[in-house]
Amino acid sequence: MKNLVILGAGTAGTMMANHLVHKLPHNEWKITIVDQYKTHYYQPGFLFLPFDIYTTDQVKKKGSKFIPKGVDYIQEKIELIKPQENKVLLEKGDELPYDILIIATGTKIAPEEVEGMKGPEWHKSVFDFYTYEGAKALRDKFREWEGGKLVVHITEMPIKCPVAPLEFAFLADSYFKNKGMRDKVDITFVTPLGGAFTKPKATAALHHLLTDKNITEVTDFNIERVDYENNKIIDYADTEVPYDILVTVPTNMGDALIARSGMGDDLNYVPTNKATLQTEDYENIFALGDATNLPASKAGSVAHFEAEILTENIMRYINGEPLKEEFDGHANCFIETGDGKALLIDFNYTHEPVEGTFPFPGVGPLNLLKESRMNHMGKLAFRWIYWNMLIKGIHIPFVSATMSEKGKKFEESKSI
Amino acid sequence: MDKTLAHATISVDPEGYLTDFSQWNKEIGTEIAKEQGIEMTDKHWAIIDYIQQKFKEEEPLSIRGIKKSGVIDIKAFYDLFPGGPLKKATMIAGVPKPKSCI
Repeated sequence: MKNLVILGAGTAGTMMANHLVHKLPHNEWKITIVDQYKTHYYQPGFLFLPFDIYTTDQVKKKGSKFIPKGVDYIQEKIELIKPQENKVLLEKGDELPYDILIIATGTKIAPEEVEGMKGPEWHKSVFDFYTYEGAKALRDKFREWEGGKLVVHITEMPIKCPVAPLEFAFLADSYFKNKGMRDKVDITFVTPLGGAFTKPKATAALHHLLTDKNITEVTDFNIERVDYENNKIIDYADTEVPYDILVTVPTNMGDALIARSGMGDDLNYVPTNKATLQTEDYENIFALGDATNLPASKAGSVAHFEAEILTENIMRYINGEPLKEEFDGHANCFIETGDGKALLIDFNYTHEPVEGTFPFPGVGPLNLLKESRMNHMGKLAFRWIYWNMLIKGIHIPFVSATMSEKGKKFEESKSI
Repeated sequence: MDKTLAHATISVDPEGYLTDFSQWNKEIGTEIAKEQGIEMTDKHWAIIDYIQQKFKEEEPLSIRGIKKSGVIDIKAFYDLFPGGPLKKATMIAGVPKPKSCI
């Protein structure tokens, strides 16, 4: 009997378990998935939780519900990966030997990386919305807040879902408008980038929306510290931005397990081949989702596209065939723009977010890079798709793992 | 597009970053720095050396990486290249503007 071990039962790991259970012969391969947490969160829902658009029940379910029969599910903390010995050491001392290892341990916020961020004001006037606890604390704060300066801030790139902070700013604009108190709230968007987003084409569209919604932009801001006593953030060039509520996206880092095992880069991400998803250092270890160092978005859609390609490559690896260099960095994201509308963007390693229609060329029904109600409905419908199709590894009809160039207007990618 | 600097013709992108590192030399770096209002000193060149070394090793450049490298502290980096230190330093070094990742 051979062993395939998956580390992490989040979006990427759960999808891999569901794909592989149908592919690997049960009499030859044992599949094991390890995760210390019992709850599976619908992470895109954290964006909506602070604005009372989703309830807490809509964003979490028991993880075991999504692990298919025939897969061994171990709920325990992982102590160490021993790649030289092909073993994983668990917290209580048990060792799991593997023939193939898949790393899907994701990314976490690391607010302790910035002085003053995770201080006495954490979740009081300084919030994150990338954790369930942070999003919920913020919801409670917003419910009673009487207005003032709201600062939405990105610490450093890369971050999970790079558009989420912008969406947060847009939704905050609608939320306070609906509460009849938008005139009492100043919204400022602060980013280390030179513009609203990483890709110039989308940046132009998003900049326009920020201006329309009366949201001030502060760009090229590299935070040095949070002065929580005087309610301001300060950057290395001594620029100060005052706040009453700071909603920050802290530094994102891969799991500490990766650092403990000596397998990560500066930010604990696993160096991974960007086309095959095999790790750079070990041929029987693969990685996908937020845990890799790929220059693609850290997003569920990316993990979804990667999972389809990685499943094929694992089969090829087992059969001794060359791996397919197929992953193109395809990402596909809905961007909530507030007032019941959304944009949809589709891009990859080399192509800019494009205009056009999705998923059917020339038909839609979704419009790329244009605000519409249909896109917003698409985003809300996605929660159902996530729980019922995506993490179960059911292929989403008409959406391919690599990017389709049909019905889209292209421009080569430039990063800013 | 082509640009003439320090008696040499170099190719640059619309923002002014060299598109071919092999065309770079110290005189060109000095001229680009002048255009950015920076007078180069040994301290500046130490950073440029570091950036070019990382570029050759194909390692991504970031403020975090520079902080960790110990080559300079970030405050001093801002003092040497006021405004956008990494953007300006990479332009002077003749390497592409760092991708901020997506």
